[in-house]
Amino acid sequence: MMMAAIICVFSVAAFLQFFIWHCRSILASSRRVELSERVREVAGVESRNFNAEDFHRLLQLVRLCPERGDDRGEIRAVGTYYGLLNVIGRIARQTVPPIAAWTEQERESCSYFAAVALDRRISYSRDLFTQQIADRL
Amino acid sequence: MLGPIDYLLWCLGFFLEASVVVCALYRKDFLKYLSLCIYMVCAASVNLGQFICLEKYGFGSTQYLYCYYYTESILTIAMFCVVIQLYQYVFVEMSASRYIRSAGALLLLVTAIVSYAVVRENQNHLTSRFVVELGQNLHFSGVVLTYLLWGAVLKLRETRTRLIQLVLALGVYFSATAGVYALRNLFPVLQPSLLRWVPPMVGVWLPLAWAYTLYYVPEDARLATARLMVRAR
Repeated sequence: MMMAAIICVFSVAAFLQFFIWHCRSILASSRRVELSERVREVAGVESRNFNAEDFHRLLQLVRLCPERGDDRGEIRAVGTYYGLLNVIGRIARQTVPPIAAWTEQERESCSYFAAVALDRRISYSRDLFTQQIADRL
Repeated sequence: MLGPIDYLLWCLGFFLEASVVVCALYRKDFLKYLSLCIYMVCAASVNLGQFICLEKYGFGSTQYLYCYYYTESILTIAMFCVVIQLYQYVFVEMSASRYIRSAGALLLLVTAIVSYAVVRENQNHLTSRFVVELGQNLHFSGVVLTYLLWGAVLKLRETRTRLIQLVLALGVYFSATAGVYALRNLFPVLQPSLLRWVPPMVGVWLPLAWAYTLYYVPEDARLATARLMVRAR
């Protein structure tokens, strides 16, 4: 029983750490992707950076596009991470402002990731459309 | 009794495991990640085997129970080979392959002996308890190994994005599964309602994360691990 309890506590702590690092690695990879102009047009964003609050709107747009199938897990993982950041941000806002600032920065990265996912799906839809036209001809 | 969600997760797991191999072949990385691909082929075969066993003997049968737990234990041992290969990649410049393989085999042996010793005291229901205990300990050893591997990645300032994401996805998988096994030992009453959903979901997570990494992240992509560490400014 004692051993199971120790394993349980350690595993939960390790899970949270690995999950956060994994999400951050996905966000860091997407940060390097240069966004096309059309994704800013579609999202109605003029500045280079996306706001933290844009995440849900971008995700709704992502869901409107045909699924590629292979990015679903990452989108879900980042969505969960975004939710976790929201909770931490709300708690930290009153008590630990530096953590609140960090969560805000992370949430902005989540929005950028959603924009990259949207960009990929738009490209995919265009490819599909082009292919269909070509098949008809 | 299994419901439609169970079957859906089952099929999803099978196709995603196959898709990891397809992605590796498509990116011409099959040989580079050989043990990872072999593991995925084994996992897909086990999925299929378990399904056949379920259809033949039924969910509540002893045959299915043993088939499930023992194939899962063998798969976890196969996963250790993947971890060892990832270790070899991280320590490639140190030429420490032989030592890594020996250490991995020793750890596996110790885990099996500890599990056996723990369950030996409860001999009246040895087999069923042994598999849960073994599963918990094997996965926990996986957590420790992955944690140490991640420590090495940080210490050696490893920058290969693919390697980083493969290791982290593995860490999520091992820690979630070990946690669920430990919770099952602590609160068996939670198993039918809540805990039974976690292993299939985690089983879907790992091939999904690996397929994404192999497909989207180029081999030459680089990432500074220092950027991943959580720091509040």
